[in-house]
Amino acid sequence: MNAELRGEIEGHMALYPDSRSAALPALEAAQRRHGWCSPEAIEEVAEVMDVTPAYLAAVASFYDMLETEPVGRHSVYVCTNISCSLRGADELFQAVRAAAGTDPEFNVRPFECLGACDIAPMASVDGVYVGPLSIEDVPRLLDDVRADRPVLAEKQLSRRRVADPNANSREFPEGPVETPSASDTAADAA
Amino acid sequence: MTEALLFKDIDEPGLNTLEVYAKRGGYESLRKALATTPEEVLAQLEASGLRGRGGAGFAMGKKVSFLPKGTIDKYLVSNADESEPGTFKDRELMQKSPHTLIEGIVIASYAAGTSRSFIYIRGEYVQQADKLDAALAEARGAGYVGEDILGSGHSLSLVVHRGAGAYICGEETGLLDSLEGKRGNPRLKPPFPANQGLYQGPTLINNVETLATVPTIIAMGGQEYAKLGTDTSKGTKLVSVSGQVLRPGNYEIELGIPSREIVYGLAGGPQEGREVKCWFPGGSSSPVLEKEDLDLPYDFDSMAKAGSMLGSGAIIVVDDSTPILDVALKVAKFYRHESCGKCTPCREGTNWTVKMLERIDEGTATPMDIEIMASVQEHIIGNCLCVLGDAMAMPIGSLIAKFRDEFEEHIEHARARKDLRAGAPEGAFAGEVAHA
Repeated sequence: MNAELRGEIEGHMALYPDSRSAALPALEAAQRRHGWCSPEAIEEVAEVMDVTPAYLAAVASFYDMLETEPVGRHSVYVCTNISCSLRGADELFQAVRAAAGTDPEFNVRPFECLGACDIAPMASVDGVYVGPLSIEDVPRLLDDVRADRPVLAEKQLSRRRVADPNANSREFPEGPVETPSASDTAADAA
Repeated sequence: MTEALLFKDIDEPGLNTLEVYAKRGGYESLRKALATTPEEVLAQLEASGLRGRGGAGFAMGKKVSFLPKGTIDKYLVSNADESEPGTFKDRELMQKSPHTLIEGIVIASYAAGTSRSFIYIRGEYVQQADKLDAALAEARGAGYVGEDILGSGHSLSLVVHRGAGAYICGEETGLLDSLEGKRGNPRLKPPFPANQGLYQGPTLINNVETLATVPTIIAMGGQEYAKLGTDTSKGTKLVSVSGQVLRPGNYEIELGIPSREIVYGLAGGPQEGREVKCWFPGGSSSPVLEKEDLDLPYDFDSMAKAGSMLGSGAIIVVDDSTPILDVALKVAKFYRHESCGKCTPCREGTNWTVKMLERIDEGTATPMDIEIMASVQEHIIGNCLCVLGDAMAMPIGSLIAKFRDEFEEHIEHARARKDLRAGAPEGAFAGEVAHA
């Protein structure tokens, strides 16, 4: 098996009094390499951790972020829980799914509350939170991912200040939307 | 409005770095705490009256004092699996001021006598976990985490552990199983984690906001902190306001201010021309309140007296443009998805509730189904290992009790629509929007 993966898993195991605690980070690492928790990925983790593949398969099937079927390598989780759906998330999800179509690169999923209701409706694109999103944002969201650009740069959560007065200005006009100042951007980069 | 404590410098550029955090007085509370005894730190925590910010509202100082004394292996776990729908306060804290959490953990571990600690952060919070890891490396480098911290003799290891997407891992015993590398199934209590938690050892589990408040308490002194808030709800609280309001976001409030001030004053209330129909005061697991209840003070006891709970401090506002059935269905589907399946009342109850709500929408339900649905909720509450089932039964029960007329109306309209459809030529209803 891949020596780098073995090293990464052993690194996680060393962090805990009981090495079995490394199951989630180890499966996550194997998934990153294999694209999903495939039987081969699970075999490899089992070998390093000295547990049975069945044990790890049972663990993997419990967690939403561990994939037990092959999926596209770019994940787009669209939050469709209550706060987002009150602001149009169900329609947004349908639009993202339709736009991604059968593109095998994408893993578009409706997701439970992602903890970003301040930018509802929102999505997590390969772990990067963006919002508030409108249907019009969808083509560019996918294009940014395809082109390996920062996804919807101006809508990334990391740019937002606490209780932004311009929150959700898309749906509820609140005056002009300000572009982040140079100092904000520098802070994000820091 | 009192001065912000947790959010004091929250948007200061670079606050996530040790340099800026230290410039703003960061880790001074740790020095102050380590200069006294663990007993003195615990006394300050108890004097502050701080109640847990994750949902249950248990007194933090008391929780620390429950840990047995002595030199056995004890653990401290920060619950950063923020997954209660509508809650996003810990995310803001961890992303913008990760050192506040780390400092709080080190101080709390000193008071509790724990030498190993973990931050269990939900896997979806990739950016926040990265910020925590970076901050932790800085804190280690500066000697705030590790062996013999600042020469005090107190040692603490800290690991940022990333989850992989499961609401139930926010439940403390589900979290422990998950942290031990298993499926996140809740455990039977007792034993409580304070006696038998992680790896069977005594374990202190606290929410991120609770621990992040510790440095403030040490800086101010417990008694000064206790002057904020109400008699039984001390201090300030981060409130996540979301849903149909003009300015959703996190706000730091002094506990006990009128709820209306939060929903309207801070978050701007619903869009013009709309009114609050109902609101969840503490995440989607809390029974809903109505617009008249907005005059209640926002604190633990007032929310409990009104039949709901402050929970995680997540206010979700639903305005009068939204059918109540949509709200109920959304909530029920979430708990059905997240039920771990171990206890029958929860596994079956969440599933049947979704099916019955769908029947209402499809026009195949009768008014009698409302009674059945209400009784299903009553049979879930208190009958499971953990409170996930209750977390659906309570809000659904409250929606049925408070909006029964609307449920009945929905049943009638959906049945009429279905009958009409049955007699109409094919395609006559193409493009129809459900209950528009």
